[in-house]
Amino acid sequence: MIEITILSGKGGTGKTGITAAFASLAKNTVFADIDVDAPDLHLILKPEIKEENQFLGARIATIDRQVCTNCGLCKKECRFDAIHYRAEGGLEVNPFECEGCRLCERICPVQAISSEHSTNNHWFVSNTRFGSMLHAKMGPGEENSGKLVTTVRKNAKEKAREENADFLLNDGPPGVGCSAIASLTGVDKVILVTEPSKSGFHDAVRLIELVQKFNIPLYAVINKYDINTEIAKQMESFFLTQGIQLLGKIPFDEDMVNAIVNQKSIIEYRPDSEIARKIKEMWNKVTEPIEEIK
Amino acid sequence: MSYKIAVCSGKGGTGKTTVAVNLFSTIQTKWTKNVQLIDCDVEEPNDLLFFKDAKVINRSIVNQLVPVIDESQCTFCGKCEEYCEFNAISIIPSVKYASVDPNMCHSCGACLHACKFGAIQEHQHPIGELTSFSRGNQMDILEGSLKIGSPMQTKIIKDLKANACDESDILIYDAPPGTSCPVVETVSAADFVILVTEPTPFGLYDLRLTVDLMKEMQKDFGIVVNKAGMGDREVYAYIKEEDIELLAEIPFNREYAGQYAQGKLLSDVPPLIEQEYLKLAIYLKNRMSHD
Repeated sequence: MIEITILSGKGGTGKTGITAAFASLAKNTVFADIDVDAPDLHLILKPEIKEENQFLGARIATIDRQVCTNCGLCKKECRFDAIHYRAEGGLEVNPFECEGCRLCERICPVQAISSEHSTNNHWFVSNTRFGSMLHAKMGPGEENSGKLVTTVRKNAKEKAREENADFLLNDGPPGVGCSAIASLTGVDKVILVTEPSKSGFHDAVRLIELVQKFNIPLYAVINKYDINTEIAKQMESFFLTQGIQLLGKIPFDEDMVNAIVNQKSIIEYRPDSEIARKIKEMWNKVTEPIEEIK
Repeated sequence: MSYKIAVCSGKGGTGKTTVAVNLFSTIQTKWTKNVQLIDCDVEEPNDLLFFKDAKVINRSIVNQLVPVIDESQCTFCGKCEEYCEFNAISIIPSVKYASVDPNMCHSCGACLHACKFGAIQEHQHPIGELTSFSRGNQMDILEGSLKIGSPMQTKIIKDLKANACDESDILIYDAPPGTSCPVVETVSAADFVILVTEPTPFGLYDLRLTVDLMKEMQKDFGIVVNKAGMGDREVYAYIKEEDIELLAEIPFNREYAGQYAQGKLLSDVPPLIEQEYLKLAIYLKNRMSHD
C-alpha cells in the first residue's frame, strides 16, 4: 500500500478539488481528510458515516474554588498565562490559553486543580462512492490538531491494510507547522499543489524545505497556471533544480468552482474537459509502479 | 491602547492577506499613519511580498526554553517523563538513557518541577524570528516566521503580540488559516474580527466553523465576502439567517487576480474594489468611536 499526502503550503491552491478528482479516478484506494482544522473533502465525497469515534483532545485544567486558598502559585508558575484572578475574586483557568501541561495540577499545595481531556473531537470511518474515507470533526479552538491528524492517518492506514488497498490518499492541511508535519511523517509520496503567485511560490518553497527534511519523494502540480505564466515558468525551473517531478499544469477554469458547487469532482462534472484529461495523466504518473531515478 | 483588528478565515486562500494588506493601506493613506500590520500567519507569512518599499529595521530570533538533562546528575527515575504531557522526554533506565525532543516540547516547565535531583536545566532553542519593517514610519509591519520543522507557531504569535507597537492607534493581525490553537492565539486579544470567506461550499463550510469559534470566544465579528460573483449564493443566505454583518463584498476580477500573483496588490486597485475597502475602513472607524 502506498500512502500519498497532498499538501500546498499556501491555502486555497486547490488541494481538495484535485484530491476529489484523483478520488474519482483511483481504484482500490482509501481516502483521508487530514485537514482537520477546515475539512472540506466530505462536501464532494459525501461520506455515509459507518463508525464514529471520540478523540481525546488536550487536557484543560479547572480550579475547584471551594478548595482553592488563592495562594496564586499556579498563576505564577503557568507559562501560558492561562490562570487569572476573576473580577469577583478567586482564580480561574482560561480554557483557550490552557495547553494542558498539568503543571498547575501537580504543584497545587491543596490539590484544588484537576484536568480533563476535551471530548469535543470526533473521527469517522465512512463509505463514499469512490471507496472508504476517514475524516474528523474538531471542536472549535482545539489544541491538538497534529495529534488528531496522526490518529486519523493511523486508522486510515489500518483500514487500507484491512481492505488490501493499493493506495491511501490524504488531503492535507495548509502551512508547515504541526499539522503539516503530522500529515507527512512516514508517507511514501507527497504531491504539492501550488499556484503561480508570489505568495504561492514563497509558501511552496517553505513546504519543499520541510518535505526534503523528511526525504520523501515530492511531486508538483501547478494549478491555475495561466493566472501568471511568468511565475509558472519560474516555478517549473525551480522544481527542476530541486529534482521535483512536475506532474502537470492545470489552467484556471471556473468549472473547478462550479463542480464544487454541484458537489462533484471535475472528472464527474466535465468528464471530457481538458482539465479532466490532464488530471488523469497526473494520476497515472504518480501511481506508476516504477520509481523514476532521481 | 491600540484598537486590535484580526483578519481570519477557516479556509485557506480566501483572501485574508489580500484584505489585511488592502485594509492596512487604505487606513494608512486615508485615515491615520499610526497603524501597524502584524503578520501572524507564521507558517507562511506573505504580507511583505506586497510592500516592495518596506525596509528591515529590526530582526530578532524567537527562542523557546527546552530542557536539557544532565546525565551525570540524572537517576533515570522517569519522573520527568511521567510529568511531560507532550511525550517529549524518553528515559530508559536499563541503559541509562535520557533524551528530550525539542520538536515535541511545549516549554511548560513541568519537568523542572518533576526532577528532585537538579538534573534538568533549560536552554534556549531557536524556533523562528520576528522582523519589523518600515515604509517611512516608525514601525509599519511586523512579521513572524516559523523555522521549518518547528511546531511552535503559537509561541511566535505570542511574541509577535508582545512586540507590537503599543502606541499605534490600530493594529491589524493577519491570522493563519484554520480553527485551532494558532488562530485562537491570534484572535484572543482582538477587539474586532473580520472573517474573510468566498461564496463556495468550501468557503461556507469553513466559515461556519469559524463563526462557531468566534461565538465560543465571545468576539465581535463581521464578514467580508471575497471573490464575489464566483460560486453560488448560499453564503449570503447563511449570513442573513445568522444575522451577521456583511462588511464588504470584493468582486472577483481575473485581471486583479493576476496582479495579486505578481505582488502588485496595492497599485491600480480597480475602483469597485477600492470602494469596498473604504467602506470597510469607515465601518471600523465608526465602530472604534462606539466601542
